[in-house]
Amino acid sequence: MHRILYKETLGPDITLYRLHAPDVAAYRKPGQFVLMRICDEGERIPITLADVNRDEGSITLIIQSVGKTTLKLAQMEVGDSIPDIAGPLGVPTHIENVGHVVCVGGGIGTAPLYPVAKAMKEAGNRITSVLGARSENLLILEDRMRAVSDKIVITTDDGSKGKKGLVTDAISELVEQGEKFDQCICMGPPVMMKFVCLLTKKLDIPTMVSLNPIMVDGTGMCGGCRVTVGGKTKFACVDGPEFDGHKVDFDEMMARLNTYKSYEKVALEHYSEETGCRLEASLKGGAE
Amino acid sequence: MNTAERLKIPPTSMPEQDPKERINNVKEVPLGYTPEMAMVEAQRCLQCKTPFCIEGCPVGIDIPGFIRAIEQGDFSQGVHVLKQRNLLPAVCGRVCPQEEQCQAVCVIGKAKKDPCKAVMIGKLEMFLADWERKQGVYATPPEVTKTHKKVAVIGGGPAGLTVAGDLIKYGHDVTVYEAFHKAGGVLVYGIPEFRLPKAIVQAEVDYLEKLGVKFRYNFIVGKTAPVAKIVEENDTVFIGTGAGLPRFMRVEGENFLGVLSANEYLTRANLMKAYTFPQSDTPIVKGRTVITVGGGNVAMDCARTALRMGAERSLIVYRRAEEQMPARLEEIHHAREEGVEFHLLNNPVRLLGNEAGWITGAELIRMELGKPDASGRRRPIAVEGSEYVMDTDILIVAIGNSPNPLVPSSYPELDVTNWGGVIVNEVTGQTSVPGVFAGGDIVLGAATVILAMGHGRRAARAMNLYLSTGRWADLEESLDLCRAEVH
Repeated sequence: MHRILYKETLGPDITLYRLHAPDVAAYRKPGQFVLMRICDEGERIPITLADVNRDEGSITLIIQSVGKTTLKLAQMEVGDSIPDIAGPLGVPTHIENVGHVVCVGGGIGTAPLYPVAKAMKEAGNRITSVLGARSENLLILEDRMRAVSDKIVITTDDGSKGKKGLVTDAISELVEQGEKFDQCICMGPPVMMKFVCLLTKKLDIPTMVSLNPIMVDGTGMCGGCRVTVGGKTKFACVDGPEFDGHKVDFDEMMARLNTYKSYEKVALEHYSEETGCRLEASLKGGAE
Repeated sequence: MNTAERLKIPPTSMPEQDPKERINNVKEVPLGYTPEMAMVEAQRCLQCKTPFCIEGCPVGIDIPGFIRAIEQGDFSQGVHVLKQRNLLPAVCGRVCPQEEQCQAVCVIGKAKKDPCKAVMIGKLEMFLADWERKQGVYATPPEVTKTHKKVAVIGGGPAGLTVAGDLIKYGHDVTVYEAFHKAGGVLVYGIPEFRLPKAIVQAEVDYLEKLGVKFRYNFIVGKTAPVAKIVEENDTVFIGTGAGLPRFMRVEGENFLGVLSANEYLTRANLMKAYTFPQSDTPIVKGRTVITVGGGNVAMDCARTALRMGAERSLIVYRRAEEQMPARLEEIHHAREEGVEFHLLNNPVRLLGNEAGWITGAELIRMELGKPDASGRRRPIAVEGSEYVMDTDILIVAIGNSPNPLVPSSYPELDVTNWGGVIVNEVTGQTSVPGVFAGGDIVLGAATVILAMGHGRRAARAMNLYLSTGRWADLEESLDLCRAEVH
């Protein structure tokens, strides 16, 4: 069992959890993820690790509530326990001093980006970070990213913070200003990664992306997470989750993410009915 | 009763759920023998002086011994005999290919020229195991002196569970490292509930826990901790991580939505209980038409699961003919009874999809059989120009699995074959690394539960000898000496 040690709301439906998981913390490296199952009848969902603390034996996850499992998780409080966390999984990020790295984070994608940016900084790279979000309140980990960056640019779709616009605009602008990037590391919504990759390909900047497709086991057994990279089928769980962004077939990946969309809606409806019933039951109990 | 009288008794068929009814539920298909049925069936056994059936069993169960006990109505004695050699009789009674093993060499079966008319050894085994479980009291094994030798078993499938069960009985300190949140391996993620109820597997795992076996769940050796660390911290290690790497067809369109591996389909349905969705949280794709590609037991499991998930048509597409299908006759029979359609001598050449990326159909090509290939089966050859399209909503790829590369790839000291199987001494299960043994599908590629258990049994014996003597280079010879001393 994995006790919730700390919980903090970072934005609307965005929550940071610190969980007791010494086995996962012990050998985890930046770029890796876990699979978690939050209750007995629960599904297994892949979540990228935002941080670990080996002394405490804890891991940090930042999760946006979008479906039944993540909503249910958000109801859990400090002291509650999560039954299953398996990991760390996936191939760790290749950390090396390449010179100047531009770290691009979109929305919740900044969570897995942070440990990678930090490790790249520690390896001696100059780090320029570009963080994008739809709006100021959806921007996360700005302070932490600032601490590991030599330069930071914030963009929001609505202009509520930083520059109004997309991360791609900011990257283009930096390049126009004469910044030379030796590598780009990009983590965020698939559509953002797709457009960043289109741009960096034009700019000839090698780009690494972290993919988060549907997974069941996370050990290469089910093949649900297959993605086409350079014309070849890869399993994101064991071959990734990081790949050469210029080779990833993003359109196929985005389509595959929709496989269970109609089912997720059913699950959510069932959940709200279920919790509605429970609420009624407790009200009735209170009246008696 | 004399031999002639015994020979006259017809095989006792086991009652089953009606096919029309059972495709609407996930309950077990065979309903089990009553004690009376079992006792009648037991009378068919001739109690041969040289029992070939024992040799036919990969774990060497005293088959005439437990059948005699059934005939005499002494079921607890039967259980006792059975469990001396097989820790998981409820599982094996259900999933072993008896018609290729014990029943294939049974004298009665030979007399009737059909292993399916031999003494129903598997069904009797299932009867005894179920009888014991229904009593609710498991025989407690005698207390053993603790050796304080540490054993790590990597992978909680049939091979690993057998090793754990055997070594705990010798008094060793056994820990099973399991990647999933439940133990059982293919028994819990692969084989469907209607063929092997999960409560039965859980009961067997609970029994091992009661004997003192420790289970570490969600522990992926090679990721959660390096293989080398596990090897270092234990006196001996068994690798039984199975054949968990699905093969795909490598045809165009294989990444369309609605195309999935048998592993994914079955894991969602079984381990994650998608058949109760949305009560359980894991969904499974549903469709009116489901094609399963493949001809083995796993393919039958998928096709039959699809019916239970509401498919109106469930089709098997297989490139060879029925005689070449690796699936057990019983599985093919059950699938056909339930309405699965067989499209044999057909092979997908590409998959078709719509704009949203969902599969809409499979282009199949007709095949004919040529000369036998390396596997001894006649090689299927495509009939040029015979392509046609079959519409489908879902396509499941059930064409086999390769050994899971996770442990070998993170532990280069371990010698593997060019297809990824861990290389072992066949008698002892010793790998290229002293102190490390392996067995089951990680060695064989996708095989059977009982072969994995046979590997586990042999490895456990060698591991025990290794733990007590420290011998490695001449372990096989020492094992022979031990055996000679016993006889």
